Amino acid sequence: MQQRNRLEPYFENLVFEREDNKMVVNFGPQHPSAHGQLRLILEMDGEQIAKAVPDIGYLHRGMEKMGENMIYNEFLPTTDRMDYIAATANNYAFALAVERLLGIEDKVPRRAKVIRTILLELNRIISHLFWLATHALDVGAMSVFLYCFREREYAMDLMEEYCGARLTHSAVRIGGVPLDLPDGWLEHLNWFLNNLPEQIKLYEGLLTENRIWRMRLEEVGVVPPEMAKSWACSGIMLRGSGIEYDIRKEEPYELYDELDFDIPVSDRCDSYGRYLLYMEEMRQSIRIIRQLVAMYKDTGPELMAHAPEYISAPKEDIMTQNYSLMEHFVLVTQGMRPPVGEVYAPTESPKGELGFFIRSEGEPYAYRMKIRAPSFWHTGILQDLLPGHYLADVVTIIGSTNIVFGEIDR
Amino acid sequence: MRPYRPKENVQKKSYYTDRFWVAPRVPEEPVEDPIFKEDLASVEKAFKIKRAYVQRGQLVIIIDAKDNVDVLRHLKERGYDVLSEMSAIDYLAKDGEFEIFYQLLAMSKRKRIRVKCRIKEHEAIESVECLFRSADWSEREMYDMFGIKVNNHPYLKRILMPEDWVGHPLRKTYPLHGDEAAQWYEVDKIFGKEYRDVIGPEQRDPAFVSTKDTCNYARVTHPLPKCADPNSEPERIEVFNDDAPLVETFDLKKSKIVDKTR
Repeated sequence: MQQRNRLEPYFENLVFEREDNKMVVNFGPQHPSAHGQLRLILEMDGEQIAKAVPDIGYLHRGMEKMGENMIYNEFLPTTDRMDYIAATANNYAFALAVERLLGIEDKVPRRAKVIRTILLELNRIISHLFWLATHALDVGAMSVFLYCFREREYAMDLMEEYCGARLTHSAVRIGGVPLDLPDGWLEHLNWFLNNLPEQIKLYEGLLTENRIWRMRLEEVGVVPPEMAKSWACSGIMLRGSGIEYDIRKEEPYELYDELDFDIPVSDRCDSYGRYLLYMEEMRQSIRIIRQLVAMYKDTGPELMAHAPEYISAPKEDIMTQNYSLMEHFVLVTQGMRPPVGEVYAPTESPKGELGFFIRSEGEPYAYRMKIRAPSFWHTGILQDLLPGHYLADVVTIIGSTNIVFGEIDR
Repeated sequence: MRPYRPKENVQKKSYYTDRFWVAPRVPEEPVEDPIFKEDLASVEKAFKIKRAYVQRGQLVIIIDAKDNVDVLRHLKERGYDVLSEMSAIDYLAKDGEFEIFYQLLAMSKRKRIRVKCRIKEHEAIESVECLFRSADWSEREMYDMFGIKVNNHPYLKRILMPEDWVGHPLRKTYPLHGDEAAQWYEVDKIFGKEYRDVIGPEQRDPAFVSTKDTCNYARVTHPLPKCADPNSEPERIEVFNDDAPLVETFDLKKSKIVDKTR
């Protein structure tokens, strides 16, 4: 039944003839370099931006509302759809928050911890490669995009081999991981880790001293440290401004306190400094995974925490023991009932500080689930960051903030 | 008679409750950490604190809602200079109040504090945007989702929902699939109010499948061509003809084995 459509096209992108001779440009929400559904209303004074108003909400799916209407295990696959570039980081942040609420963080078996940390760092590499690919493409380096996507494809093959999915992994469960590593996976991982450093060298050879790359990135998008703190920046946006704070190091979770790795920091405060940090973080992730591969051999076979009130028993028990089956049935149909209280669990996702605030009233549904997604503030900062820059730099700045709309709009 | 459903909280409830089950609580420990103790004492000196405890390693301070800017300024001076998160919790059904929480981080001390306060339904809260720029968007989101007015905010508008949206989605009175206004929103916007009778309300249940509508829903068990009359006879689909052999004999010599995927 086709009715007359009121959304007729008109030239809404440009508005001329303002009294002060400023032009309003509507950037997005369908702009290819807006990294999703970002709409920027830019007031231009010639080529320079006088005022920028970011407009978000085009991908809003009401995840926090869904979190209040789903049992905890049911909500976990939904978190994949937040930062869909590195889905395991979201799964893990949610699982950690629930584990902390339940008080079973220490009961997670060591092998599960090793696997989770490997997956987290692998996701960091995937995310950083994707960032480099799209950012370079935005700035104009087409071949880097192709090279990065090739390496990312290998990393995604590894994820696929482990959990069967390429983007929406759901590879972490509350209380552990569902599966052990498949046979030969660690060899494939080793092949990837041995291959990656020379590829990173290749990207750096193409970009780091490239005149065009430096001209487009240096002194563009300068975030002073005070501004970064005031806007609650985290991750590389914060460390690119010379503030050394990485949640993996400062408030360690999982196995990060046993691992040996460096936190790169840059005082340049501009997009170029952040680019250097991304490259260095990939190297550090390789270093972390190498240590974890060595740790894997010394772990026992358990994969899920033993907490019968909250977590189902292993499959063998469910198939052989009546009481485990009954508990499993209750946990699946009704859901776990965490204690009354609240928790805020921050983690260092590839984009920055990803935290879940959960208020529980002792029911199987969370009373309030607030998701602290780093990209939300990294988009908000655009309104302070863009004025004074040229229109061509907008694309560079959006690229270097590394925002993903799945987690901004949630 | 329709079963009675409470209107003030329409969120999903567990279908089974044990009357005698008492939910355990996350322990609220006394403040013993020296850094937290010092910070708490300095806040206590200047402001009225209703309660303070440590939960899962983070200090929780409950204050008066009118003190929020001053307490946060005091804490900012003491090193808690990042407002990593703030939002509200809807306790309207239980107490007729909103609980607003500010999640602060002190990078120099590696400590996190949560400052909480309560306001009544139609009360407004003072903006902390003057202290933390990050509160600009957080407060807008809080206003959008709960309808809590924020005084002295530079640009208090909806952020995630469209500006002409009716209702505040994260309130407990707001159903998951949207309310009455939500199901007409797109029809009104695209076609106009006068087409409401022609088009009908938007079906907002993602699991909904219409057996009458053959334009938008494929029917697996009873396949019909697109937009055909739903009562018509289904087409017979010829899957196999007799000439094509169903299973070809597998020949190892002809096939190529791919063992290296990378």
